[in-house]
Amino acid sequence: MRAKLTIGPNLFHWPAEEKRDFYFQIADEAPVDTVYVGEVVCAKRTPYFEPYYDEVAERLKRGGKEVIFSTLAEVMIRRDSASVAALCALPDAMIEANDASALWYLSGRPHAIGALMNVYGEDTLSFLAGKGARNFALPAEISAATIRALAAKGGELGVGIEVTVYGRVSLALSSRCYHARAHRRTKDDCGYVCELDRDGLELRTLQGKPFLAVNGIQTLSHGCTNLLREIPELRAMGVTGYRLSPHSKDMVAIARLFRAVLDDALSPLDAAPRLAALGPSMPFVNGFYHHVEGYRWVEA
Amino acid sequence: MQQRDTTILTRPNLVCPAGTPAALRTAVDAGADEVYCGFQNATNARNFPGLNFTRDELRESVAYAHDHGARVLLATNTFAPGDATGLWRQAIDDGIRCQVDAVIVADIGVAHYVATRYPAQRLHLSVQAGASSPEAIRYYCREFGVKRVVLPRILTVKEIKAVHDEIPCEIEVFIFGNIGMMAEGRCSLTNYATGISTNTDGVCSPAHHVHYVEDGERNLTTMLGDFTIDCFAAGQSAGYPTICKGRYFAAGRDDEYYAFEEPRSLNLTSLLPELMRAGVSALKIEGRQRSRAYVQAVVSAFRKAVDDYLAGREPELDSLLALTEGHKETQGAFGEKRWR
Repeated sequence: MRAKLTIGPNLFHWPAEEKRDFYFQIADEAPVDTVYVGEVVCAKRTPYFEPYYDEVAERLKRGGKEVIFSTLAEVMIRRDSASVAALCALPDAMIEANDASALWYLSGRPHAIGALMNVYGEDTLSFLAGKGARNFALPAEISAATIRALAAKGGELGVGIEVTVYGRVSLALSSRCYHARAHRRTKDDCGYVCELDRDGLELRTLQGKPFLAVNGIQTLSHGCTNLLREIPELRAMGVTGYRLSPHSKDMVAIARLFRAVLDDALSPLDAAPRLAALGPSMPFVNGFYHHVEGYRWVEA
Repeated sequence: MQQRDTTILTRPNLVCPAGTPAALRTAVDAGADEVYCGFQNATNARNFPGLNFTRDELRESVAYAHDHGARVLLATNTFAPGDATGLWRQAIDDGIRCQVDAVIVADIGVAHYVATRYPAQRLHLSVQAGASSPEAIRYYCREFGVKRVVLPRILTVKEIKAVHDEIPCEIEVFIFGNIGMMAEGRCSLTNYATGISTNTDGVCSPAHHVHYVEDGERNLTTMLGDFTIDCFAAGQSAGYPTICKGRYFAAGRDDEYYAFEEPRSLNLTSLLPELMRAGVSALKIEGRQRSRAYVQAVVSAFRKAVDDYLAGREPELDSLLALTEGHKETQGAFGEKRWR
């Protein structure tokens, strides 16, 4: 089975036109199979980009990409619920659930499970597959041994198993907006300050060490996942999808590198320095995969 | 003393923590309606050394509670990773053999196991499941027959009331104790810094990764793994290093600040009548890692406060502040939306 390369949901609040142009470029130039579209972090951002959904989805489909809409990860208030309900009501659309609210609507028909759903074990995987889940983007913090078990179960059940191989890691969600807090504001009065940081707002320790990145209610890692060199092992496990989480980098070039490695046209060792040259501002990490501290970089 | 209108206050269950059999007996004696506890392994979210129950201890503890009119809830509320589901199934089997009154779960696979293997067993949805909307809660009720949901500590009382009106199960809320800043069950910060997962290993900020570094002037730096969480001048009392209560620098700000929250404890004592009017069935006290003395003091204070409210008396609430973290308290998200 040909490995799928995917573009995960854009976690950041870029100006709407900039985001639209990002998807247009992916549609026209990136060698990816599937693109996830939709606001997963904060429903307050949704009205900005929502008017572009049709245009973006159309362009992506014309570019030969499968389009999947990804739902909000933390659903608390009516605005959030409404956002999930609206996506799940889209006719003929494939929806990726990031919260049990979406499962309320999607259970019983074909859908996907997002990386912000807690699918850690094979019992959960089997149950959800039995209710119509066709693809599972696995949580970021799981290790190779767990991925292996889930990929084996996924193969048995005939569902896709997707692993995030590039991008900052989502480490936590909160009800409070930390972007607003950094700017001495509150969530209701946020002024959309998250728009100022294309890849998140960096937090350093009191000793000046980069640690985390704030993205609204979400806390991300400072380090950027890079599983380029683990791809042969992931393929041997039966992982079917390889997700790139969007950043303000040259995502087309990054997609081409991963595509080349997935197609065995480029060795991971040759690709690694080229990837580093494309994303120098964030150190690479792969600790979760190797079952050590997530911020670590383990030489494969 | 001013009398209050009590006609619409229904009696909520007081749900208390127990890290040891002795703490469980203490909580029961102090007036707990329900006590929650877990086994000595990764199946519960307070998997600390020296804490929690063996199978025999649980059996004896359940008998003690039942003899005194209290119920025991088994927390099996972490996530079973990969093919390691046996440990979680075993915990459920053992708990049910010990005749616990309810099991508290977060993992969909574990919930499914309980619902199919033990359909008569009362099932509670843990806060770790992160079900914060009516649709999410209804999903768990529909699929697994959940009878009670423990709400994440992120909703205001008004929002809790709205949720209550839209779901078919009971609501349990945290009223006192440690307050995590992140949505429970959705935080990998500890794993990022220590390699230990809160969701699958059941530990947040594990003690064996905590370091206190003192300099020549007796200033103290608290660390988790390789990361500084906070610094304290000589003589200041240093808090336990938890990532979401540390101080950091943010790009564009020149001061160090609590990027998430200051170290404070949750104390909703003064909101109790409102919570009871909002239809909350169970009031939960955090702290399975706490001492018997703490459990005794907090449980009896809340027992009295709840009973006073029910009887139309204004309770004495000040004693609880002394038990909060650093003697600083907050109503968190429960009081008002601006907290977010």
